[in-house]
Amino acid sequence: MGFGGFGEPRDGVEGLRRFSALALLRAGLEGQKRWRSHWRAPEPRKHYDVIVIGGGGHGLATAYYLARTHGVRSVAVLEKAWIGGGNTGRNTTIVRSNYRQPQLQRLLEFSLKTWETLSDELNYNLMFSQRGALFLGHSDADMVKLAERGDSLRCAGIDAELMTRERVAALAPCLNLSPDARFPILGGLIQKRGGTARHDAVAWGYARAADALGVDVIQNCEVTGFALTGGRVTGVVTTRGDIGAGRVGICVAGNSGVVAGLAGLKLPIESHLLQAFVSEPIKPMLDTVIMSQSIHAYISQSDKGEMVVGGDPDHYPSYAQSGSPHRIEEVAAQAISLIPAMSRLRMLRCWAGTTDMSFDGSPIIGPTPIDGLYLNGGWCYGGFKATPGSGRLYAHLLATGVSHEIAAPFALDRFDRGATIDEAGAGPAPQAR
Amino acid sequence: MMLIACPHCGPRAHVEFSYARTMDAVLPLDATPAEASHILYQRENPRGPSDELWRHTFGCGSWLRVRRNTATHELIEVAPWPPAKAAP
Repeated sequence: MGFGGFGEPRDGVEGLRRFSALALLRAGLEGQKRWRSHWRAPEPRKHYDVIVIGGGGHGLATAYYLARTHGVRSVAVLEKAWIGGGNTGRNTTIVRSNYRQPQLQRLLEFSLKTWETLSDELNYNLMFSQRGALFLGHSDADMVKLAERGDSLRCAGIDAELMTRERVAALAPCLNLSPDARFPILGGLIQKRGGTARHDAVAWGYARAADALGVDVIQNCEVTGFALTGGRVTGVVTTRGDIGAGRVGICVAGNSGVVAGLAGLKLPIESHLLQAFVSEPIKPMLDTVIMSQSIHAYISQSDKGEMVVGGDPDHYPSYAQSGSPHRIEEVAAQAISLIPAMSRLRMLRCWAGTTDMSFDGSPIIGPTPIDGLYLNGGWCYGGFKATPGSGRLYAHLLATGVSHEIAAPFALDRFDRGATIDEAGAGPAPQAR
Repeated sequence: MMLIACPHCGPRAHVEFSYARTMDAVLPLDATPAEASHILYQRENPRGPSDELWRHTFGCGSWLRVRRNTATHELIEVAPWPPAKAAP
């Protein structure tokens, strides 16, 4: 028996069950028993037109846009564990596009514009909340830098507003606004269209929408090698057998070097740890995202009420997904110096993600020296905000073999050409911020 | 937290040390631009044992060669860098 028109099989593929208030109500009357799995658990086929390695947000988004925008339906996403279990589920969920380099501004604004309509498009509540992303200025020099950044953003058509200390105080009265504060607050720069999104929902929403378009999302399937014929990739070797492919896209940030290494490639990437923390949930006290680039702190409050806090990476290469306690102390000290009321909070969880630190601080989206093999990685710790844009651009590359004009500056060969995109002006080194 | 056994100072908390780079990314002064680009930008980035250049920055200040497992944080070997010359 069908269920009110949603979830009907379509061309052999389970149709998308549309969520709506009415659907929730009707399913509720039937005891919520009729909901189907959001995606299938298919066996790998012998061959796909495109294989995306990595079932994080970026990989799933890529598969969705391959099917949705480019009509490529023979697509598999291969995930070694469970989808969204890597950095997609480990970040501090901040979304913004207020960068300084024009190439990054174009990339992240392209992504932010996609975020703005994404919940509707995927029929999935991503809890995308444009609550504003506020950089704090702690000195005259900071304020000059923020003003310069704001000017650059506004010239690029991206929203930015310089804020006085009084406006910052009105927006976030929990901040330590005393002139004697360890990090005195002189003002800020806000991107009001910035904010946060529910990170897990991004993976789940894309997986569900891609699955409905016929994409095979295959979990517990680790790629252990590449099939190469005459300098061209013809498939992958996995823990669930060999799978042939027309094109293969690596999308495994954190482990890009390991997976590219299976094809004999070396990348301008080092894997480092970034830790994040959440406190016990409390009543609403902060309704914007607070960031300080001078002391490198990120603080927001989740819809559940937890304070979400991030800071510096651990500054040494590691894949351990487990960081050092001294960073916990530092990040907590920074958070308390900015928001003294947090000193009374117990931290609930801390964790670490393995991030691809590229050598100019910018991502890599482009072909590799091996025909048919493409790379999307090197996102440092700025990948979450770019998920929808990255997926659209990578899908374009995998469908056409040619980089979209927004992605073109992020080609892998930019390092050899001396055309790095160095937001912090600190390369060549795995970027610290 | 890693405990790094400095050959000069003994076991110390790793916050006293700073990571510089992997040993294969130490650039010779006479490298050609192509060699320099290769050394700087093409990294092994191993998941497992890795040879790295560290410095006991907030201790004795010595440079050290550290062999370390990047997947488990196990310290395999810590040695002075450059290696001590053999006595004549």
